[in-house]
Amino acid sequence: MPLSESPTIEVKDLKTYFFTKGGIAKAVDGVSFSVGRGKVLGLVGESGSGKTVTGFSILGLVDEPGRIVGGEILYRGENLVSASPDRMRELRGVNISMIFQDPMMTLNPVLRIDTQMIEAVLAHESISKDDARQRARDVLGQVGIASPDERLRSYPHQFSGGMRQRVAIAIALLNKPDLIVADEPTTALDVTIQGQILYEVQKLCSQTGTALIWITHDLSVVAGLADDICVMYAGRIVEQGSVNSVLDKPMHPYTNGLISSVPSRNKRGVPLAQIPGMAPSLLKLPKGCSFGPRCAQFSDACDSIPDISNYENGRQIRCHNPLDKGTILRVMD
Amino acid sequence: MQSALVVVIMSFIVFSGVFLVGDPVEILVSDDADQEEREMMIKSMGLDKPFLVQYGIFISKAIKGDLGDSFVFQEPALLLILDRMPATMELAIVALLIAIIFGIPLGVWAGLKPESLASKSIMTGSILGFSLPTFWVGIMMILLFAVMLGWLPSTGRGDVQIILGMPISIFSWDGFSHVLMPAVNLALFKLSMVIRLARAGTREVLHQDYIKFARAKGLKETRIILIHVMKNILIPVVTVLGLEFGGLVAFSVVTETVFAWPGMGKLLIDSIGLLDRPIIVAYLMIIVFLFVLINLLVDICYSILDPRVRLQDIKS
Ligand SMILES: Nc1ncnc2c1ncn2[C@@H]1O[C@H](COP(=O)(O)OP(=O)(O)OP(=O)(O)O)[C@@H](O)[C@H]1O
Ligand SMILES: [Mg+2]
Repeated sequence: MPLSESPTIEVKDLKTYFFTKGGIAKAVDGVSFSVGRGKVLGLVGESGSGKTVTGFSILGLVDEPGRIVGGEILYRGENLVSASPDRMRELRGVNISMIFQDPMMTLNPVLRIDTQMIEAVLAHESISKDDARQRARDVLGQVGIASPDERLRSYPHQFSGGMRQRVAIAIALLNKPDLIVADEPTTALDVTIQGQILYEVQKLCSQTGTALIWITHDLSVVAGLADDICVMYAGRIVEQGSVNSVLDKPMHPYTNGLISSVPSRNKRGVPLAQIPGMAPSLLKLPKGCSFGPRCAQFSDACDSIPDISNYENGRQIRCHNPLDKGTILRVMD
Repeated sequence: MQSALVVVIMSFIVFSGVFLVGDPVEILVSDDADQEEREMMIKSMGLDKPFLVQYGIFISKAIKGDLGDSFVFQEPALLLILDRMPATMELAIVALLIAIIFGIPLGVWAGLKPESLASKSIMTGSILGFSLPTFWVGIMMILLFAVMLGWLPSTGRGDVQIILGMPISIFSWDGFSHVLMPAVNLALFKLSMVIRLARAGTREVLHQDYIKFARAKGLKETRIILIHVMKNILIPVVTVLGLEFGGLVAFSVVTETVFAWPGMGKLLIDSIGLLDRPIIVAYLMIIVFLFVLINLLVDICYSILDPRVRLQDIKS
């Protein structure tokens, strides 16, 4: 990325907390990353690590009792954390769109697909209904839905989960956004369709310069799709860098654990490695490093929360005992 | 099919119930009638035969649409009731409209802002609407609006116009002022119910992913509420209200009595006083019939509102 071009989205020290009866759940606690034009960022982590909340924070859709309590979200330099609700509405669906995690729940069951697609266009542009319908039809075709005309007149329950997710993806693409937050969009799809959609999305991003945040559990998807990767654990990013360098040479023990638990052809017959223990509850985080209790590298130093250290190739790690010690460039405070 | 069975079973229950209530002869026959006159009277009304035979005669006539003659008016009971039906229907429909027109917006509002003072007052009001007895509220309304303020008339239907062969009050100002109080009185209970249903529905729907997704599309909040939320909560509201419409007609007995509204409920109360069996039976049968009919209509409405049901209908 040339220095002159500022990133499409830049998240700086984002903190989104949920003020629940049981205490404060720090679902996102000091997350920073940026995605440039046409780039793909893979956001991976176990269930409950705060990936979805990060996505909702960017769209300004964090529900009660949650609140963004700190940090900045800069969309082309504009801070969304302090943007007015009207401004956020203007941006949502046109500049920034999101594909939700659960395709069975994202479409309104009592409205036809055409209603739900056309309204998404008309909310932002004053064009005729026919033009909006035409665009809806084209985009449905793009995501691989056959006979889109007929499909437009259907209701969500007439679609399978995979088809619904394609409709949701189509809706996200309708207004050619600059940034798409895709929350595990292909988990519900079978492998061939998953490949097809990944291909489509990748093509679209490189053609139109759309920045993409791709949230997933699946490291193999990230490997094929993303430029950069952020590994989240209990609300914090524990490791980030370019996909190739992180997957080739993981430095955080958690990343390493994730990678070794992915089945691979080269290791056939060898039992899969597992990360011992369970992801901690956000209300009862360990005192120091939140991964500490599950970590093989645990040392006394881990009783304090590790800072982010910068390594070569722009890699950042939050760990006192990284696996493959390179040269620490600088410790951030 | 099922509906027909319900009607038959209900006819038996109704008939035997009324049979047990009391002997109309005591009331109808004048004290100074001698034994012979008395016997003739009993015979002419068919009261000398055993219960099952009476029921058999009733059923065979009922199939031909004859529910017997009133003991008091000596006219077909069915006609007497049908004559009064438009008044009751008008009252019930106006009450239903009041419940819908005020209930849905108030309920949605309360669901959107559950913590606000306005919505808490709405909910308190709806508890009152549930728990205060209809007749007492009716009397209080008469005291306040008719006696003390003198704004609204307290009895009767006022000017009626003949529309589609039925006398209707609501289209003239005088008639409307007569309908208003009894209709509001009758509506209060249903209004409270609609408010609660709409509120509960709104609160549930608001937390659904598809509402969040609608926000993610950048839709305006008004569209989200009027289209996305409203269409979903209409399903339970219409279902319950439809089913309760029969109840509204049945409950109008109390309101009609309080406001001297000349509908079939008032006729029923008068007939119960006189133990005019055919009218009571005919009234109850009409109500049963109405409930069955309403059930059918609600099923149809339901399938129009909910596309998921529609599909199953086509399949089966
Ligand atoms: N509405 C809420 N109320 C309270 N806490 C919440 C709420 N939503 C999320 N959280 C907290 O935020 C944490 C992160 O949730 P999030 O949905 O972002 O996880 P995720 O990484 O997307 O997981 P998954 O892979 O299962 O989707 C949860 O563990 C939970 O503690
Ligand atoms: Mg999630």
